[in-house]
Amino acid sequence: MNKATKAILVDPLHVKNPITLQVLGICSALAVTTKVETSLVMSAALTFVLVLSNFSISVLRNKIPGSVRIITQLSIIASLVIVADQILQAYFYDVSKELTVFVGLIITNCIVMGRAEAFAMANPPGKSALDGLSNAIGYSWILIVVGLFRELLGSGEILGRTVFATTAEGGWYVPNGLMVLSPSAFFIIGMIIWVQRTLTPDMNEEA
Amino acid sequence: MDLVNLALKSIFVENMALAFFLGMCSFLAVSKKVETAMGLGLAVIFVLGITCPINNLVYTYLLKPGAMTWVGIEGAENVDLSFLGFILYIGTIAAVVQIVEMAIDKFSPSLYAALGVFLPLIAVNCAILGASLFMVQREYNLAESTVYGVGSGIGWWMAIVALAAIRERMKYSNVPPALRGLGITFIVTGLMALGFQIFGGIQL
Repeated sequence: MNKATKAILVDPLHVKNPITLQVLGICSALAVTTKVETSLVMSAALTFVLVLSNFSISVLRNKIPGSVRIITQLSIIASLVIVADQILQAYFYDVSKELTVFVGLIITNCIVMGRAEAFAMANPPGKSALDGLSNAIGYSWILIVVGLFRELLGSGEILGRTVFATTAEGGWYVPNGLMVLSPSAFFIIGMIIWVQRTLTPDMNEEA
Repeated sequence: MDLVNLALKSIFVENMALAFFLGMCSFLAVSKKVETAMGLGLAVIFVLGITCPINNLVYTYLLKPGAMTWVGIEGAENVDLSFLGFILYIGTIAAVVQIVEMAIDKFSPSLYAALGVFLPLIAVNCAILGASLFMVQREYNLAESTVYGVGSGIGWWMAIVALAAIRERMKYSNVPPALRGLGITFIVTGLMALGFQIFGGIQL
């Protein structure tokens, strides 16, 4: 594996993480992370869409006229999201209900558009699919970590299994109600950014 | 009266940015200065106010089960195209954004220059598509969806201007280096969202 490929694969996990550095795809990261399960399903759906959209946009990149590129990209992405949404509704109906409009909102998830515009329009299909995959993983780990904290601290469970026995069930743990509310996702992501940038000071911003 | 309630609800109780976290990417990225935030917020109100009713018409007359009855072809009343929703809504939105972009470019070049790359990005602002999807999910009619669109836009505009004002002030505070920029913005937005939770219990 040469250096360039390695950079495509590794950078989005940490130093160029889509959520904590590129500021892409925040909306869904905040709204669906109340539980680990929804985070996992959302991550899987996004990975599917991002890899395929990066690949197909890259295949068509020399054929798409510059003036209509946004709408072309959007229709490719929207078609893929429709497929993902129909699959979810068919096989994971309950989770799909819980995600409500957020599966549809993958279309406007800036990661997909952002990577299409920034990477797939300028690179060959193989590399673009790889870039899509690594960005999806970078997005997924943040989602899963946030989901883990929120479910554990908010209801004492992970994936529906009791880890901390809550007081309501005769245990010792008093659930932190804040973690169930959506603002907590902001605090957790803020903390992740803080940790990441303390470890890698190169990522710091000016003022 | 219902429409007034709906407007208040979409501005405060169900604030797009601070209760549903939609449109967060541009919310966090364009909130460095009040002036640009104001411009983007106004563009969002405008685009939401137009796309929501248009998408409502698209849904009522093209997509929902039995919507094609007006075509008059036999069997048309059994057609259910609602799975095509995403692609048609985003098509409408992209077209409206294109028009707004051309209009702003013509009438206010300075605003156009200030908004820069974020104007085309309104097309992928989740708040816009989100409003259309919520509108369909809650089965609003044409008038309701117009009010809902404008109301959510105003809520979003208010939130981004408030955040930009806080960030301008924050220049004078001593933030730990690793939290500067994005990190502290997340935490401030979290606190703002927490503040907005007080509207959560209001029944209109």
